[in-house]
Amino acid sequence: MNDKQQVTRGERPADVPTLMPRIDVFEDSAGITLLADLPGVPKDRLELRVEGDTLQVEGEILPDTPEGMEAVYAEIRVGRYRRAFTLSSELDTSRIEAQFRDGVLKLRIPKHEHAQPRRIEVQVA
Amino acid sequence: MYESLLNSPSGLFAELERLQREMQQTFGSVGRPGSIRAVASGAFPAINVGSTPGAVEIYAFAPGVDASKVDVQVDRGVLTISGERPGERPQGDEKSAVYASERFAGRFKRTVSLPDDVDPDRVTARYRDGVLHVSVARRESTLPKRIEIQ
Repeated sequence: MNDKQQVTRGERPADVPTLMPRIDVFEDSAGITLLADLPGVPKDRLELRVEGDTLQVEGEILPDTPEGMEAVYAEIRVGRYRRAFTLSSELDTSRIEAQFRDGVLKLRIPKHEHAQPRRIEVQVA
Repeated sequence: MYESLLNSPSGLFAELERLQREMQQTFGSVGRPGSIRAVASGAFPAINVGSTPGAVEIYAFAPGVDASKVDVQVDRGVLTISGERPGERPQGDEKSAVYASERFAGRFKRTVSLPDDVDPDRVTARYRDGVLHVSVARRESTLPKRIEIQ
């Protein structure tokens, strides 16, 4: 699983600045777990897409700003997160499970059954 | 030879310096005086501060924390947000591997200096979508008032 620096898909201009969410990636024998920090993104503004071997995570930040608020200081200056990954062929993209709670996205990408490790008996002749 | 490489305006180091300066201009504040409590960028949680005539709004981008265990305090004009975010590394077997570990784990504490006209008794804090929103009301006496002309 590799990071893709930029994915141009046409429908959105690629030069819109986006934040790269921080992630954790763990692998075990049955699949890969990906955790991504997307604070400020409501559930309905989170978009997960798999196209071919590319997984793209995108989310829009919608903070509850009162009317007439002026920004005084900002560390988060961009309203959108985006990050894309290349998946390898042993991962089963049709069975990806996603949970999104308190701004943390948890993705579970299982491996294909046939790709899971098997112990191979060594026959003694 | 090395010296000339370092000093040349078009040298490699100048190019790196220019890049770094551009990064700072894009992602951080440069030139403006920073707060005495300012921390290096990338601290957890990231904080945005806004101002309205009636209140000061502080947004702390703290995803995945237990809101009941976050401590929000106002003491002598300084707002402190502290808490802990547990690491989520699973207890894997010997076949498990970690490929990326960018997310913050551990105890955190951030402070924000509040303006003088806030009322420390009227503070509300809400946690939604991983963002802690603290609203500190300003004192009534400092709200802009329309003065009637006799």
